[in-house]
Amino acid sequence: MEMDEKYDIVIVGAGPAGLAASIKIANEKISVLVLDRKQEIGCPKRCAEGLGLGWFNRLEMEPKKEWCVQSIHGAALYSPNGDGIQMKRKENMGYVLERKIFEKDLAMQAVQAGAKILLKHQVISAERKDDEVILTIEADNQTTTVRTPLVLACDGVDSLVSKMLGLDTKLDLNETDAGYQYEMTGISGYDEHLLHLYFGTDVAPRGYIWIFPKRDGTANVGIGIGAYEEKTAKYYLDKWIKEQDGLKHGSIIEVNAGAIPVGGFLDKMQTDNLLVAGDAGHMVDPIHGGGIGIALEGGRIAAKHAIKATREGKYSGEDLKAYTKDWYDTRGNELMKRLKGRHLLEQLNDDDFNYLAGSITMEEALKIGNGALTKKDKLLLFSKKLVTRPGLVKIFMKYMKDDAGMPKK
Amino acid sequence: MTAKNNPNKCLYCGGCVGVCPVQAITLKDTRLVIDPKKCINCGACVSICPVGANKVEK
Repeated sequence: MEMDEKYDIVIVGAGPAGLAASIKIANEKISVLVLDRKQEIGCPKRCAEGLGLGWFNRLEMEPKKEWCVQSIHGAALYSPNGDGIQMKRKENMGYVLERKIFEKDLAMQAVQAGAKILLKHQVISAERKDDEVILTIEADNQTTTVRTPLVLACDGVDSLVSKMLGLDTKLDLNETDAGYQYEMTGISGYDEHLLHLYFGTDVAPRGYIWIFPKRDGTANVGIGIGAYEEKTAKYYLDKWIKEQDGLKHGSIIEVNAGAIPVGGFLDKMQTDNLLVAGDAGHMVDPIHGGGIGIALEGGRIAAKHAIKATREGKYSGEDLKAYTKDWYDTRGNELMKRLKGRHLLEQLNDDDFNYLAGSITMEEALKIGNGALTKKDKLLLFSKKLVTRPGLVKIFMKYMKDDAGMPKK
Repeated sequence: MTAKNNPNKCLYCGGCVGVCPVQAITLKDTRLVIDPKKCINCGACVSICPVGANKVEK
């Protein structure tokens, strides 16, 4: 790269958010540079690779067989005593992806549209000067600079670029999960077309263990737990795998780790000359911690506002404010309802899980998680199912406190 | 007093970078750098680490 090159927009981070944004921007014939500190796009993943069909529809994205490696038809939830509730449909409900192929596919689209991507280029400082940002970049043991009026920070949970430009993206430990995962092969004993989730305080305190099947006896087997747990995520996952007949003889072909920002999105995703998207803006589902679809959509919404800013030459935080509003109106507000669902889950003990697994349906479980219980659902849940367990009633009452239609005592 | 990272355990996931309250940690491609001048030894990086790669002196 030449010294002091200038781009209309510089995106930091070549993950789903950054790449989705770069495709949209490059399609408008606006000059865009994508920087990533890593040596390979899509790798190492910090992700279980599941993506629901709803996201494909919403994003008007065709599933491709090259990177949609398993078709998912439902989910199974397991309580500590081994009981499970399950939902399996005939029709496809989503896919488990091969992210390194998926993201390279996105990178190809971006470059074909006119974007430039540079790997092993790390931003080490960002300073504003005359309504521009000067990024200092370290690459191949040398430093260089690049100028741009607008930076898109899509640089993940370890985002430092936003902080350099004065937007605090720090994660609250209470609202962050520690994630750890193996991609394993040579494993068996689970339905390859379901996502499997295991709950329990001994299994995964304040979280869950998952099996997301990929093809031919291969799956992402991972765990997310509260950051404040005494033991590490690795400890809990290793212990659990040793107890599973279908898994303990499998081989690990990949080791993944990462922090999961499950506490809801940043209040403010913009400041002067800066937009934030993806994990850097905490764009993760607050209940299950998934973030591919949200990051893709967030990246595209950021791109829409970046394009507008470029056309109008307006880059102040005030001008860019519409981005945060657009994000919350389009997706953020809907997903924030789910934060309550996670806080509820975290309060359940093993007996509660066992009881719920034996009494509620998968549909009810999903509605609780989505914050989508109707008045009728609530009445039924309270009068028929929770009434015998006062502890659970208390937890659920708190969960539904602000909702209209809550049954009176 | 400063947090220490064990490169033999670390998976370079960057979780600790995100939770560090004083931005003392930088993640390079395959290397974690903790700035002892900034580190306040608070232990956030120890709490979040999925593999127990970070330690603070007590």
